[in-house]
Amino acid sequence: MPVPAVAGIERVFREEYGRAVAVLARVFGDIDIAEDAVQDAFTEAARRWPSAGLPPSPAGWIITTARNRAIDRLRREAARDDKHAQAALLHAQDEPVEEGPVRDDRLRLMFTCCHPALGAAARVALTLRLLGGLTTAEIARAFLVPETTMAQRLVRAKAKIRDAGIPYRIPAEADLPARISGVLAVVYLIFNEGYTASSGETLARADLCAEAIRLGRLLARLMPDEPEVLGLLALMVLTEARRAARTSADGALVLLADQDRARWDRALIAEGQVLVRQCLRRGRPGPYQIQAAISAVHSEAPAAAATDWDQILKLYDQLLAVAPGPVVALNRAVAVAEVDGPAAALALVDGLDLGGYYLFHAVRADLLRRLGRRAEADAAYEAAIAGTGNEAERAHLTLAKQRR
Amino acid sequence: MAEMKQYLLSIYQPDGDPPPPEVLEPIMRDVDAVDAELRASGAWVFTGGLHPPDTATVLRAADGEVLITDGPFAEGKEHIGGFWIIRAPDLDAALGWARKAAAACRLPVEVRPMVDVAGD
Repeated sequence: MPVPAVAGIERVFREEYGRAVAVLARVFGDIDIAEDAVQDAFTEAARRWPSAGLPPSPAGWIITTARNRAIDRLRREAARDDKHAQAALLHAQDEPVEEGPVRDDRLRLMFTCCHPALGAAARVALTLRLLGGLTTAEIARAFLVPETTMAQRLVRAKAKIRDAGIPYRIPAEADLPARISGVLAVVYLIFNEGYTASSGETLARADLCAEAIRLGRLLARLMPDEPEVLGLLALMVLTEARRAARTSADGALVLLADQDRARWDRALIAEGQVLVRQCLRRGRPGPYQIQAAISAVHSEAPAAAATDWDQILKLYDQLLAVAPGPVVALNRAVAVAEVDGPAAALALVDGLDLGGYYLFHAVRADLLRRLGRRAEADAAYEAAIAGTGNEAERAHLTLAKQRR
Repeated sequence: MAEMKQYLLSIYQPDGDPPPPEVLEPIMRDVDAVDAELRASGAWVFTGGLHPPDTATVLRAADGEVLITDGPFAEGKEHIGGFWIIRAPDLDAALGWARKAAAACRLPVEVRPMVDVAGD
């Protein structure tokens, strides 16, 4: 009898957790009930699947099991006169478990998670937890905050959704543009978490990137006239196009400059470039569109040496104007190093307050190395290595440190 | 089918004298219009306008006695000048009313969900 490894359950969890929570949240009208039920179902799967094997449709099994478990539990609670349980049961009676052809439960849940009555940090955290299926620890690392802080943030946000009655639906047409920027920020963060997983041995969690791109495409269909929606989608597919070239055969990280450009996904690049032109034509540039344009300039260069850095620096100037912030300034400094040299770039980097961000140390280390300041470069590499939990990033930084 | 919730909409007013009549009059007209709209829609539960905080009295129970002091419980730069209690299906609907209220008052309006009352 085939025995699925625990990794099999983990994969199903990664792929299906968000959808299961979204479906169950719709069915019961309550996120906590949905989360508990889905976690119960995965616990049951972990007990059953190693001996019984994976069911034909793991996702369907999880959703059905979660629903039945929740109904059993709610019936017991409702019998004890629990009004909340009674309301959830009543709600479940009218809701089919199946997703309709046009409705996407994950998108509905996204708008709930990204409601403007929630703080920006809470919106991102909730979406990563409920839709991305990330652990609290992973989200905490993405935000550079302690795990306990993140746990409290999630509990508080879910309590507000429940107690304040934040609705679980896609907003009315008139409210959509105002609600979209929070959703875009969240989608991009999911993509980034997938592109550089904050811990573990796998550099890229392709499922999270695929999830972010899927949501991005969905948003582009829903809001075809919103240029930033297209800009974000363009940025994600252009980045995704370089995935295969980003790691070597032995799993080591390969930087943009050293990548084998023949391994870039031409179809995704073409799609991204079309999207960039399409959104820039609207004449309403925003941070995602400009970042996508920067990525498109890289994509056009047949070799790293042929990169149009002047154009890239101009785009970073624009980006810094519309979205000022230390991380953008750090990325701009990398372009400055190519146009004006590492000394000019280092002066900019040293003025940034980004000590908790490992890429700050990695950029500093590289600039110091290029300037021949070995001892300082080594210390910066150490700080960068200590700051990331991603094995591939650590290996890359360790190798870079040894390079003379 | 949707369960109705109740929300408290509090108007935050700066301490000190109210604005002169020529400023206050259009504000009161707009506030009355929102109030009328709330009542006509069925969302209205209760409205209260409050006298200034220096008319308040605070009572504290301690050691079997109740102490009475003059003035508000907490001194601040602003106070609750008035409030609505409304009925709404969800926060979006409540925020819709609060948006109208804030525009009418020209003052910040806080929306707080009320704990569900049995039988409502």
